[in-house]
Amino acid sequence: MNAASTALSVRGLVKEYVRGKKVLDGITIDFAASGLSAVIGPSGTGKSTLLRCVNRLVEPTAGQIHFGGRDIAPLKGRALREARREIGMVFQEYNLVERLSVMENLLSGRLGYTPAFKAWLRRFPQEDIDRAFALLDQVGLGSFANQRADALSGGQRQRVGIARAVMQRPKLLLADEPTSSLDPKTSVEIMGIMRDLGREHGIPVIVNMHDVELAKRFADRIVGMSGGRIVYDGPPDGLTDDVLKTIYGGESWLAG
Amino acid sequence: MIYALGRLDFSWDRFVTGLDNGARFIGRMLPPRIAQPDSLAKGLIESLEIAILASSMGILLSLPIGLFAARNLMPVWATWPARAIIAAARSFHPVIVAIIFVKAVGFGALAGICALVVASIGFIGKLFAEAIEEISLKQVEAVRATGASFMNVILFGVLPQVFGRFIGFATYQLDSNLRNSTMVGIVGAGGIGGTLFSAFQRFDYDFVAAILLSIIAMIMAGEVLATWVRGVFLEKGKVDGE
Repeated sequence: MNAASTALSVRGLVKEYVRGKKVLDGITIDFAASGLSAVIGPSGTGKSTLLRCVNRLVEPTAGQIHFGGRDIAPLKGRALREARREIGMVFQEYNLVERLSVMENLLSGRLGYTPAFKAWLRRFPQEDIDRAFALLDQVGLGSFANQRADALSGGQRQRVGIARAVMQRPKLLLADEPTSSLDPKTSVEIMGIMRDLGREHGIPVIVNMHDVELAKRFADRIVGMSGGRIVYDGPPDGLTDDVLKTIYGGESWLAG
Repeated sequence: MIYALGRLDFSWDRFVTGLDNGARFIGRMLPPRIAQPDSLAKGLIESLEIAILASSMGILLSLPIGLFAARNLMPVWATWPARAIIAAARSFHPVIVAIIFVKAVGFGALAGICALVVASIGFIGKLFAEAIEEISLKQVEAVRATGASFMNVILFGVLPQVFGRFIGFATYQLDSNLRNSTMVGIVGAGGIGGTLFSAFQRFDYDFVAAILLSIIAMIMAGEVLATWVRGVFLEKGKVDGE
């Protein structure tokens, strides 16, 4: 993979929450500048930590994270914020600001570009507001702009969460178990929205998930993790029962 | 307890004698009479001014202090001094603080204002810090993930979660400052308290009664004002803030 088509390049990433206990054990992986990659693996295997190390919500212990032509692992302060605003993030529990309106939540995706006094007065550029309305339409919430976020259902909240992340005009979209709190039908809709928005806006998407079937259905590439290491990296077709046994261990859970 | 009762001369006889005194006292209070309308009006207005100025300044100052004192957002080097300020402001009763300020800046309303600003910082600062410590950090995390500056994280991730409670604390403090502003005058820090105290000393009990009644009226008016402020902010909050 050459540098131009690589959005994110992780080199030897190690994370220890407790000294000596490696949650991520030297992850080295590249993500292309387009397409949806699914990271699957059992709970507690470091999927979420991997994603959070990328936008530095979690501090990596060692390793490099090349994004946008530089290593962002050692960045601090303003430089870190400037890197973060190019990385959108979708959360398992949506993490909307509950008491703000849907529109304000979308506009909060532009906070990395908005000075504090304008943000306080809600003076966002017209361009951002227009874009927010367009995105709300795209995720099917066109008439919800002035609703408070805490009045929405789970699926609606996650749509707002995705729209907020896309508002950043990110060069990379991370999604940490975006469907784990949702019912199966809504999960499929949410995955569809993320794939479609990623394609339309040319944003590569990395999704953590534990639903293997959903991953197979939407991902262009599957990364299997186990014990803080990558144990599978390839197309969805390659996820045979043997591979799944390597990822999740045991076989009794695999339906005959 | 028995020892304390004996020492303090807290006996039935003493109580009955006291009741006698009380009856005479109430007798002399009736009917209330406004002996000095000028000093009554001046005192009331000064109390009102003390309360409003002290509340405004106290609220403005306690916002940053409360924020700095929140341990879930701020590093230790910021929380420690902020918590020390709040603890110091809460240590003494407003009357004691008022006496200190009377000695420091002289008799008059300035001392009363300073004393009640200190009281407001102690109360709002502490409760505001506690409210911030109870917020959902997930919402804060999401705003941080957008690359927002520290100020923007506060504005969008923190304030919306605590705004409603902050208005509650602020209006309660306004109410409380109104009551305390009638009292700091007793130690010479301005307001109706001074008028009340001198009426007591002259045994003008009918004037005392008039002053007490007008204080009650002012507190009730303050209550209405506080409710109105809450209504304005929380109504507006539904649209864009809270």
